[in-house]
Amino acid sequence: MSIQIQLQHRFNDLHLDVGFEAPSGVTALFGASGAGKTTIVNAVAGLLQPDQGMIRVGGTTLLDTARDLSLPAHKRQIGYVFQEGRLFPHLSVQQNLRYGRWFARRRVPQGKAHEARLVEMLGLGPLLTRRPGDLSGGEKQRVAIGRALLSAPRLLLMDEPLAALDAPRKEEILPYLERLRDEAEVPILYVSHAISEIARLATTVAVLDRGQLRRAGPVQDLLSDPELAPIIGLRDTGALIAGRVIAHHADGLSEVAAAGGRLFLPKVPTAVGDSLRVRVNAKDVMLSLTRPEGISALNLLECVVTSVRMGRGPGAFVQVQAGDAQILARVTKRSVRAMGLREGQHCHAVIKTVSVARADVGGRG
Amino acid sequence: MTAFLDLPLSPAEWMAIRLSLKVALWATVLSLPLAVAMAWLLARREFWGKQLLNGLVHLPLILPPVVTGYLLLLTFGRRAPLGEWLEQTFGLVLAFRWTGAALAAGIMGFPLMVRAIRLAIEAVDPKLEQAAATLGASRIWVFATVTLPLILPGVIAGALLGFAKAVGEFGATITFVSNIPGETQTLPSAIYAFLQVPGGEAAAWRLVILSILIAMTALLLSEALARRAAKRVSGR
Repeated sequence: MSIQIQLQHRFNDLHLDVGFEAPSGVTALFGASGAGKTTIVNAVAGLLQPDQGMIRVGGTTLLDTARDLSLPAHKRQIGYVFQEGRLFPHLSVQQNLRYGRWFARRRVPQGKAHEARLVEMLGLGPLLTRRPGDLSGGEKQRVAIGRALLSAPRLLLMDEPLAALDAPRKEEILPYLERLRDEAEVPILYVSHAISEIARLATTVAVLDRGQLRRAGPVQDLLSDPELAPIIGLRDTGALIAGRVIAHHADGLSEVAAAGGRLFLPKVPTAVGDSLRVRVNAKDVMLSLTRPEGISALNLLECVVTSVRMGRGPGAFVQVQAGDAQILARVTKRSVRAMGLREGQHCHAVIKTVSVARADVGGRG
Repeated sequence: MTAFLDLPLSPAEWMAIRLSLKVALWATVLSLPLAVAMAWLLARREFWGKQLLNGLVHLPLILPPVVTGYLLLLTFGRRAPLGEWLEQTFGLVLAFRWTGAALAAGIMGFPLMVRAIRLAIEAVDPKLEQAAATLGASRIWVFATVTLPLILPGVIAGALLGFAKAVGEFGATITFVSNIPGETQTLPSAIYAFLQVPGGEAAAWRLVILSILIAMTALLLSEALARRAAKRVSGR
């Protein structure tokens, strides 16, 4: 099920003009605040009427201003998880969950089994009789996600669902979102300005800059693209490496067979045999022309330089290929010159194990 | 109650009380749904002439009640076109009848109800209503399942204000439907009438005390209801 979005809208200073297609999976809308991300999802949900546009989800046209067609929000069958949860304060958790299902019941005769599965998947069992006022921020968001999914949506919109939460609460929800991406057949449009969330969840990324679409494509390509570094943030740019856990060692390290070679990571919660993706920040990657000896870093990957991009400041991005994996290293221009780094050159990428944080490791996707 | 006052109420006094309660209840029950609809319109919709409509709703609050009563008489009197039509079509006579007293009481209390309910609606976060819409609720359903439960404390407060106003309405009532014992003589009219005759003070006093009792009972009842509703709405 694919999503096609064409929108033009003027609102205060924002001049939104975007067009893109999102495949199934999680499509992240990334950009600074004011880039137009929320305007896009509100237009998809029918909460905002754009000046001009066309929105199709699967085979259904939700909006086509050229044909003067705009389905009202309640007929669009779009699940929406808001930043602040927006649970109904006068209803219990269970009543909140069933709110959307009740309106969807004629359309999709979902049984109790579906509800039970979602309750289990989101860990909502112990919360059902509670009231929204008694829930923590993380619990509220899980209920909001369940409520949206039980309305049997053809598309799920998530507008910075984790932005209002602190780091431990984020960590509490991210695994549920990964399961959602991998198990539910509902495509997700995910708004965020946090690269770490996007690196873990997204399959596709659309990068927005002041109302314009800068780039759209697979998450691995875009996050490691030096050209997008100024938007993503120099310190946040980095490669996503896919791999499979092959062992957990007694000294607290996990061994991963990655596309570019063997990686040792601080212990990951993923089971042996399962796949994962690791974000390796460009600033955490060192390059060496010879295979370093007597060095504390555990991960040494043989690679070939594919591009060198000098920045305006003292830094440079060097993209290297290790096996099937693209790795990005941020080094100084001085080092590039001293080492004579250029396309086609063989070298070794050095990645410190401890530079990979728990938040950088996600499920397969 | 009568023991407390140490004097049994005369049939005339009982009649005034029963009539007052009947008039006030009908006025409140019939105008409440209209007040909720009007409050929603003023709080949530933008349309041409909104300020004019708002002014019209508030007119009974700012006009001298006698003027309102006289305008009612001109509109709903038996010779007035609208009054004549109502009588011929529905057999409904308003002028100098208790039904007219209920109409006058309802109209005088209407702006108070609308104000209280409008404040409650404006306090409801439209984001909750948006969330309900994305879950498949049409505008009517959003109102019934989200807005209405959340504004219930305000609706109760509005209903009490309207009821109290209806029990106490005097100026417009006496102008529109006069002061006929058993038909249009409500509590305030009866108190006024008793005060006009020598030796009527005792009866007037009993009715004054009863007015206070009715008002206090209504207030306590609505406070209790509103507290319960507010607790539900708080999300705890």
